[in-house]
Amino acid sequence: MNIWLAVALTAVGCYAVKLLGLLVPAGVLERPLVQRLAALLPVALLAALTAQQTFAEGQALVLDAKAAGLAAAGVAFLLRAPFLLIIGAAVVVTAGVRALG
Amino acid sequence: MVRDALGVGVAVGLSGFAFGVTSVGNGLSLLQTCALSLLVFTGASQFALVGALAGGGNPVTAAAGAFFLGVRNAFYGLRLSQLLQLPRFVRPLAAHWVIDETTAVTLAQPTRRARRIGFTVTGLTLYVLWNLTTLLGGLGAEAIGDTDAWGLDAAGPATFLALLAPMLRSTTERAVALLAVALGLMLLPVLPEGVPVLVAALAAPLVLVVEGRKIRAREKEDR
Repeated sequence: MNIWLAVALTAVGCYAVKLLGLLVPAGVLERPLVQRLAALLPVALLAALTAQQTFAEGQALVLDAKAAGLAAAGVAFLLRAPFLLIIGAAVVVTAGVRALG
Repeated sequence: MVRDALGVGVAVGLSGFAFGVTSVGNGLSLLQTCALSLLVFTGASQFALVGALAGGGNPVTAAAGAFFLGVRNAFYGLRLSQLLQLPRFVRPLAAHWVIDETTAVTLAQPTRRARRIGFTVTGLTLYVLWNLTTLLGGLGAEAIGDTDAWGLDAAGPATFLALLAPMLRSTTERAVALLAVALGLMLLPVLPEGVPVLVAALAAPLVLVVEGRKIRAREKEDR
């Protein structure tokens, strides 16, 4: 039930912000500070989420095979690999390290 | 436009598959997983939500994190409404397709007609692909059972990394990312599940304030 509540809240919230952008008059969101904040907000959220989903198990910090997988994804990005290869590298290396460990 | 759309389509299809796998692997049902792709249709928010719910997190804080990630779509909508000049009654329908990829393709088109076609074709294609591949990923995860043994729990964070990395162009973005990582990890053991990510989002305004101060200080020196 809790999961359905989260699904519903997310669906309504995400649709509302999409619609908001199409409906509000241009001037409101066009201030430079607001635009700057909107560009930086995903950076902060994605960075925190990447770190947490890599190094957290529930509320404990852990260092496991996922860390090696994410490092591989980072290397793939630096080598300008396409999206698929970046994800693939993370999955394969994580599975490999687990199989060895 | 066709080549753009194809490239985007392949990437989205694959991340839809990864989402299906991650969501079912994290304990959501196939129906819940497909409902998310049908009704939310913005990848980063969906990944964030299932990640937060995996830890047994509170549904409201989990949804809040997903919502804040979706806020960027409002700014895409703003650009698109100027470029597409859609009639009012079409906007509620078009809104569902306002995402990173449709915006990128639309912005790349030279004329209003091409933009409208680009937006519609990309939106429709991606919506169908995203939902189909979510279903396939979910079915796949159900079939193989222990998704962690296949390393598939790394797909979620790797997707975030792939979305994040190209954004880290300047010192400001890197400072925001570093501060957010530090806040997110340090607060994780002490705050309820889902809340640390929301606090970490404060890295964005904090860095902006510091940056603003520096610019003002420099302007004073110049005078």
